Amino acid sequence: MKLMLHVAPGIVRQPLIASVILETEALFNIERASIDAASGEIVIEVSPDKCQEVKRAFERRGVHVVMLENPVVRDEEECVHCGACVSICPTKTFRFENWRVVADSGKCIQCGACVAGCPQRALRLVLK
Amino acid sequence: MQEKSLSEINQRIRDGCARVVTAEEMPLIVDELGTAEAVREVDVVTTGTFGAMCSSGVFLNLGHSDPPIKIARAWLNKVEAYGGIAAVDLFLGATQPSENRGIEYGGAHVIEDLVSGRQIQVEAEGGVTDCYPQSDLETSLRLEDFNQATMVNPRNAYQRYNAATSTADRTLHTYMGTLLPKMGNVHYSGSGVLSPLSNDPSFQYIGVGTRIFLGGSQGFVIGPGTQHSPQSGFSTLMVTGDLKKMSPRYLRAATFHGYGPSLYVGIGIPIPVLNEKIAISTAVKDEDIPVPIIDYGIPRRDRPTVATVTYQDLKSGCVDINGREVPASPLSSFFMAREIAENLKDQVAKGEFLLTQAAEPLPRKGFAGPMKQTKESPNVGEVMSKEVVTAREDIEIDHAARLIVNGSFDHLPVVSAEGRLTGIVTAWDISKAVASGKAVRVSDIMTRKVQCARIDEPIELAARTLDTHSISALPVVDRENRVIGMITSDHLSRMLARRR
Ligand code: SF4
Ligand code: SF4
Repeated sequence: MKLMLHVAPGIVRQPLIASVILETEALFNIERASIDAASGEIVIEVSPDKCQEVKRAFERRGVHVVMLENPVVRDEEECVHCGACVSICPTKTFRFENWRVVADSGKCIQCGACVAGCPQRALRLVLK
Repeated sequence: MQEKSLSEINQRIRDGCARVVTAEEMPLIVDELGTAEAVREVDVVTTGTFGAMCSSGVFLNLGHSDPPIKIARAWLNKVEAYGGIAAVDLFLGATQPSENRGIEYGGAHVIEDLVSGRQIQVEAEGGVTDCYPQSDLETSLRLEDFNQATMVNPRNAYQRYNAATSTADRTLHTYMGTLLPKMGNVHYSGSGVLSPLSNDPSFQYIGVGTRIFLGGSQGFVIGPGTQHSPQSGFSTLMVTGDLKKMSPRYLRAATFHGYGPSLYVGIGIPIPVLNEKIAISTAVKDEDIPVPIIDYGIPRRDRPTVATVTYQDLKSGCVDINGREVPASPLSSFFMAREIAENLKDQVAKGEFLLTQAAEPLPRKGFAGPMKQTKESPNVGEVMSKEVVTAREDIEIDHAARLIVNGSFDHLPVVSAEGRLTGIVTAWDISKAVASGKAVRVSDIMTRKVQCARIDEPIELAARTLDTHSISALPVVDRENRVIGMITSDHLSRMLARRR
C-alpha cells in the first residue's frame, strides 16, 4: 500500500521517517520524495498489515497522510489506447492487453510524467 | 496468374457476398493457401490507421453576412484560421494554437468541438470595400450552420514513420511524445501490418479518387500527400471528406506537451485482391516493415539513426539498440486502427462501401527534400567572442576571482592540461564560496556538468541551450572539446535582432 506524506514547514527538518521506522519496526520503501526548505511530499510503500500503524505514527508527528489507493485515474471517454503513457512510467503502471491499455494504478507513485505525456489529456492524479 | 476485375468484386459487394478480411488476417491466409488460391478466396482486404496527423485541417464556408464582409483574418474559439481565400472561406489548420489557451487548445480542438456538436465563437476582421462594407463581426456557429465544412488533409496516412529516441541528458517533449533522457524509451507511430499504404506500396489500387474511410465517414484520396516519397518507403496521401458526416470517435484532438496541438485521424482503405501481386502486398507482416529509430537528442534536420528495427520488434514493447534493451511504446492507437479495419470489413461485407477505379495512379516517385535556405543562419563560430580566459581546476579561488574581474565574462571555463573543458565557475559561485569561507580551490566549487556550444552549430541551437537551462553564457568548444570561445545571450540577442 502506498502512502503520501505531506510534511508541513514546521516539522520538515525533524527525522520523521527514521523515528517512525524505529517505533513501528515497519520496513518501507521511499518511492519518491520532493523536499525543500519549506515543505515536503514523500510517497512510501508499506506492507498492508503495517499500513494503519505507520499512518497513525506519522499523523501523531503532525504529518498529513493520504492512502494512495487509486493514485492515477483515467477518463475512459478520452483514452484512445495509444500507449504514449506506457514506456514513460517509471513503475510500469500501464501495459497493453490485446492492444488496450490497462492500468495497474496501485503501482503509481504520482511522478506526473504520464499526465503531461498523454496526448488526449485523459490522465489525472488524485489526492494531491 | 489468378486475376479478378474490380467490377466483379463490386458486384459481389452489392450482392452482399464479398469475402472480406482485415490486413491482420491476410498474412496467415496467404501463408496457408498460397497467392493464387488467396485471390480466389478473398475479395477485399481492409486496412486502418489511427494516429496524430498534424497536417490536417478544414475548409469552412460561413455564408455571407448582412452587410457583407470580406474576411481577412478570423478566429474560431480564439484559434486563428486562414482568411485570405475569397470573402467567407476559411482554412482551419489542426496545429494552430489558440490565442487565449496556448497549446492546450488549438485547431484540432475546434474541429473536435464542431464534430461533437458544440457551438463555437467566430470573430472576423475584413477590409472594407464598396461591395463588402462590413469591417468586423462576431457570431456563434455549430457545424450545421456552415455551408460547407470540408476536411482537406495535405499529408496523412504515412506508409510508415521513423521511431524516436533521445540521447540528450534531459527529458524532451516532442511531437513524438515524451522522450526520456539517455535513450530511456522509444516512441513509434503507424499501424504496421494494418497500414493502408504498407499494404499497397506500389499503388496497384490506391490512387487519385480512391474511396476511403475518413474520420468515421467516407472520404476520398485527392492525390499524393505532401512529402510523398515512395522511393524511400514513405508514401503519404492527401485526402478529403465531409466533416459534417464524420464522428468524434475517429477525430480526436490531442496536445503534445511542450509541442502543441495535433489531430488524431482515423483512416482506412479497403483493397480489392485483384491479382496475385496484390495478394502478396496485402500479406505484409509487421516483421517485413523496417523502421529506423532516430535520435531526437540531436536538434538538427539530419538526425542520426541509432538502429533499424521492424514493427514486430517495436510491438514487442522492447527494442535492442546497440545491445541495450529499451522500452518501446506507440503514440498511435493500434486498438483503434483495428477497430477501423473491422468497421470497414463490416461495411464492405454489408454492401455499404463500394470500391473505386482510380482516375490516376499515385506517382511512384516523389520529393521530400530539405528546404532551400537562402539566408543561412550563422554558426556559433562566427558570432562568438574569441577572447576567452580559462582556468585550471587547481588554482585558488581568489585567483579565479581576479581572472573574472579582469576578463569580459562572469563565467570562467575550467580546462584540463590539454585545454579540454572540464567545468565552469561563475562570479556567483565565487561570491558564495567567499561568503561561506570553506572552499579553497576552483575544483571545490566548479560545476562539472557543463553546458557548451559547438563551434559549427547554428546560433539558434546555442540560443535554445541558453534558454532551456536558464543560463547567460556558454563556452564554445571545437571537435576535441577544447575551449576556443564564449557565446553569451547578449551576442545572440543582438544577432537575432539584426536579422528580424
Ligand atoms: S497516453 Fe492517454 S490516451 Fe494514450 S493510452 Fe495512455 S491514457 Fe490512453
Ligand atoms: S504519475 Fe503516471 S507515470 Fe508517474 S508513476 Fe504514476 S502512472 Fe506512472
